[in-house]
Amino acid sequence: MEPQKFVQVSETEWRVEPFGRMRVPAIIYADRALIEEMDDKVLDQVTNVATLPGIVRASYAMPDAHWGYGFPIGGVAAFDAEEGGVISVGGVGFDISCGVRAMLSELSVADVEPHKQALADALFASVPAGLGSRGDIRLDDDEMTAMLSGGAAWALERGWGEAADLERIEEHGVMPGARPEFVTEKARKRQHREMGTLGSGNHYLEVQEVAEIFDAAIAESFGLSKGRVVLCIHCGSRGLGHQIGTEYMKDMAVAAGAQGIALPDRELACAKIDSPIGQRYLGAMRAAINCALANRQIIGHLARGALSRAIPGATLKLLYDVSHNTCKEEPHRINGEVRNVFIHRKGATRAFGPGHPDLPEGLKHSGQPVLIGGSMGTGSYVLAGTRKSEEKAFSSACHGAGRRMSRHQAYRTWKGRQVVDELAARGILVRSASSRGVAEEAPGAYKDVGAVVDAAENAGLSRKVAWLKPLICIKG
Amino acid sequence: MTNPEPAAKPPMERFELFAHGADVGVRGRGPSRAAAFAEAARAMTAVLTDPDKVKANTHVSVAVEAPDDELLLLEWLNAIIFEMATRDMLFSRFEVSIDDHRLSATLWGEALDRARHEPAVEIKGATLTALKVSREADGSWLAQTVVDV
Repeated sequence: MEPQKFVQVSETEWRVEPFGRMRVPAIIYADRALIEEMDDKVLDQVTNVATLPGIVRASYAMPDAHWGYGFPIGGVAAFDAEEGGVISVGGVGFDISCGVRAMLSELSVADVEPHKQALADALFASVPAGLGSRGDIRLDDDEMTAMLSGGAAWALERGWGEAADLERIEEHGVMPGARPEFVTEKARKRQHREMGTLGSGNHYLEVQEVAEIFDAAIAESFGLSKGRVVLCIHCGSRGLGHQIGTEYMKDMAVAAGAQGIALPDRELACAKIDSPIGQRYLGAMRAAINCALANRQIIGHLARGALSRAIPGATLKLLYDVSHNTCKEEPHRINGEVRNVFIHRKGATRAFGPGHPDLPEGLKHSGQPVLIGGSMGTGSYVLAGTRKSEEKAFSSACHGAGRRMSRHQAYRTWKGRQVVDELAARGILVRSASSRGVAEEAPGAYKDVGAVVDAAENAGLSRKVAWLKPLICIKG
Repeated sequence: MTNPEPAAKPPMERFELFAHGADVGVRGRGPSRAAAFAEAARAMTAVLTDPDKVKANTHVSVAVEAPDDELLLLEWLNAIIFEMATRDMLFSRFEVSIDDHRLSATLWGEALDRARHEPAVEIKGATLTALKVSREADGSWLAQTVVDV
């Protein structure tokens, strides 16, 4: 995008004043290089979102923004139901509550090295990944309803995970307001064999090394130290979430006109929050959030099992579990008063700052961990939410770097075997069911996540805490 | 005596994938709406694996309807995604008939074989992005959209 199209407010804040049907300004957080690299659709989409009814303050885009479905990926927008605000399927995504869970071991890299192959094999055998992979867990109708209401707490009651996990998950592991009755039979059927599975595409389970610390105090309160081994899980609500997104996307595309919502782009299909279809989607989406939380809770448990089999006595403690595709009702200060608004974070992560009442005691001083997945090559980052992020973007931050090249282009550029061998030469073991899948996920296919997190820090959205280097990558 | 070559596909029927950032676009072209829809479905299989690797030995029936052509394409592709996900199957041949905005079809395929098909990704859903069904200048039909992977 050309920087001249924006009013540059600071090194990392770019603004478009309302024009046409925009009700609020659009604000993109990025440095100049990232703005220049962003596709033009980002400008179209972030300004289109600004036209939607009931939007408050501004339509935001994060430093990793790229072309999405109506909303840019990396888009943040809040709506007031009392002002006719809307809820949008594209503003949440097809993988509802896709997110990242980071778990800490007591091990150092030196402890893991002699067992790396065995650990990679154990994880790959324990966590089903890839298209057609099947979980062992079968839920009858009643159990599925319980899972959709109970999220990670339901999983814990069934024996997956530890009690201490719950407070380290957004919403303390249970999304309130879930309405399982609004989740269709088809969505339940699509989830039938998928509990405890990783999925495919950019989903992963990685064993990583804390390679660099940027903020010693916060790192210490998070339990991160250089050389410590961590395990991260990136996946979402699986088939159930995808089916809900699919069904409501079409329903809203049909209904928006009837509600008198002028859509600049049909992809922005949405509905008034206070409408029957808006409420049905809200209830179903919250149920899908619980599905994602339950799924990561189960996979975390499976990972604990695999780790202790490969390295007897090894344990994992949950640092935090974040979601980056949600719409949540949260209190925020707007024009001096606190209002409950519905915040869409599409490919954007919640980033509550220090002191936030929703954070558990152990994190109140540091702020919420924000987990940013990178590619197999660039590694990942742990950030911390800041107080400033509240006024900047309703306490939101980026979620990952985004692709530099299409899947097709990546598959033509690299062979899966070649990627696996090159990473192995760097000490990174890859286990995957699909050679083509690995090629499409090649490190070179992704943008530099380092530039994204630097811009997020400079913009005040979050603070850099640590950089994690992969040791083992399990991919679907 | 050698086997005769299978009849070459009429040049108007074809599918292709197109680039879209994080995901992928599927596009079908054909002499009729139904043919374009069938090719778009084949393009979707191509996102996962080489459609020529998918044997057409089992069939599944599908019927959908929608208020307009484009939402009909969306419903069609999403119906296939649902069948693939719940039956663990891939499909390579599609017999489609469209009457106004009602579509009925037979999907031909086989059970997913992870070793042989090596599926690259999983398709989450068909989206409204770049969704288009149109008659081209040469009279052929085009049907496309982006699928989320």
